[in-house]
Amino acid sequence: MLRTLPSQLRALLRSDDPALERLFPPAYAEDPELEEEYRRLVREDLVASRQSSLDVMESTIDATRLDEEKVLAWLGALNDLRLVLGTRLEVTEDLYEKGLPQDDPRAPAFAVYGYLGWLQEQVVEALAAGVDPAGSRG
Amino acid sequence: MTGSSTTTVPVEVDQPADEDVVDPERLWLVIVWNDPINLMSYVTYVFQKLFGYSREKATRLMLDVHHKGKAVVSSGTRERAEFDTYRLHAHGLWATLQRG
Repeated sequence: MLRTLPSQLRALLRSDDPALERLFPPAYAEDPELEEEYRRLVREDLVASRQSSLDVMESTIDATRLDEEKVLAWLGALNDLRLVLGTRLEVTEDLYEKGLPQDDPRAPAFAVYGYLGWLQEQVVEALAAGVDPAGSRG
Repeated sequence: MTGSSTTTVPVEVDQPADEDVVDPERLWLVIVWNDPINLMSYVTYVFQKLFGYSREKATRLMLDVHHKGKAVVSSGTRERAEFDTYRLHAHGLWATLQRG
């Protein structure tokens, strides 16, 4: 199941789907000109880095060991998938905790969303273990 | 964010004064907003990774975002703040910048 997700999102990245907007939020809430300049500047980079993470996820889907660079790519890909799926499902914080009734048509997609969240938690835990808790800027 | 059960407290947002000219020296603030999708553990990790904050400070900021609805995570010139915002966007966080 996980195998099919990267290509779905990759196709979506080339579309105008409103769920995508969560991946490209505004930077300037009060300056439309600065906002337009920002979007022109970063949009391509944001799309490209997303696609690159999806590529890594797809090409390493069966891997049992990953180097840190690939793990970081997986982290990004999983987060992007959750953002889009979560936006489509209109998840709220309550919904995540209480879950959906079994006959809710969103239930299968919500199960995928929950699974991706669990997987992402594992990845974050693994990465966080490698980060100096003291930080460099306290 | 998800990870524990809380309610967000409404916070008053200060309106910055109108300006005709953007002063490049003036302080800009980078704000991260709460959202129902991002994992608390992930947000904390991103703050550590992008800003070099200690786990304690990153956790505190994440909890501020979660409980108060938003938090200022960095500040600086507009160029710096814009770059920080871009990096946060690249990590899927909902961030904006505004004049301090």
